[in-house]
Amino acid sequence: MSILRKIMTAVKGGAREVGELVVDANGTRIFEQEIKDAESHMRKAKHDLTDVMAKQMQASRQVESLKSEIAEHETFAGQALDKGDEELALEIAEKISRLEIELAEQQQVHDSFSGHVTRLKDLVKKSERTIKEYERQLSMVKTTESVQKASAAITDNFASSNSTILSAKDSLERIKKRQQDNFDRLSAAEELEAENSDKSLEDKMKAAGIGEETASANSVLDRIKSNRS
Amino acid sequence: MNTRDLALRISDLSSFEGYEFDCQPIPGDTEVLQITLREFEELPSFVSVTDTQILCITYLFTEDEVKPESRTELLEEMLELNIPMPLSSFAKLGDRYVVFGALAVNSDIEDICHEIITLTENAVESIDALEEFLV
Repeated sequence: MSILRKIMTAVKGGAREVGELVVDANGTRIFEQEIKDAESHMRKAKHDLTDVMAKQMQASRQVESLKSEIAEHETFAGQALDKGDEELALEIAEKISRLEIELAEQQQVHDSFSGHVTRLKDLVKKSERTIKEYERQLSMVKTTESVQKASAAITDNFASSNSTILSAKDSLERIKKRQQDNFDRLSAAEELEAENSDKSLEDKMKAAGIGEETASANSVLDRIKSNRS
Repeated sequence: MNTRDLALRISDLSSFEGYEFDCQPIPGDTEVLQITLREFEELPSFVSVTDTQILCITYLFTEDEVKPESRTELLEEMLELNIPMPLSSFAKLGDRYVVFGALAVNSDIEDICHEIITLTENAVESIDALEEFLV
């Protein structure tokens, strides 16, 4: 069963300790131990791998040196034949044959190490993937547990502080009202500011004799006179 | 970073992106921090820290607040809105519908504050958008 499906079942069942139901009767601790064990296995496999790789390199060097020795002796044998020394050539050929047997053995050792390296590399890769998978599952279980505990703490806190949780609509209404209040206050302040600056400008203009003049008794009288004529 | 470090660092920031934060630890089995933005005190965010992530959750409404006849429509609407909603996702905890965001455990304090602001704004926006489905 997938870990998410297990979590789903546990949560639907109203479990307090999800870890117990999902992973192990002892909760997440055993699971953490398993991950640690898998990690130590992997470390050992990696250590073995370096050992085997070193041996493989040694074998490969041995193979190369035997090959060059054989080539060298073949040249020697040729030179002996050129000089007509059949006996010496035979002796060299015997040496070559011994070298060839050794080469075949070394080659077999090398091949076996190579196979071992491939197997160990596969094992390390598989362990790494398993550990990652375990960690992902553990993290999901732990998150579920943590969220459950957190939400229990939050609910308890609401209960103990006697504060009622507002309904979403009420909360929204209050937030909107506060925002509107703030907005209104801000625009009122702006309006006031604007009025003040207008007023002070008017005062300054009046003092300088600029702009609309206040109707004086004389000007009113002038207007009446002109209307009559 | 654990919740206590987080509380201290948030208190050090007097404001962020124009918002003032109020920070208060909640006692319980696991450490939870209640963080409120000054203008949105009705919709607090709850922050908890696990081994791998920082979880920020804001409660939206309870199952009781949902009009039974439009429940399916509400759920579909929430699924549709999940992707357009920046940084947060809808979820459900017991009988409560929530929005939440998760951050890497090594996130900067600025990222966390930004997350909480976005989460709160998303919560207000979502309730506003889903109001017709609520009693």
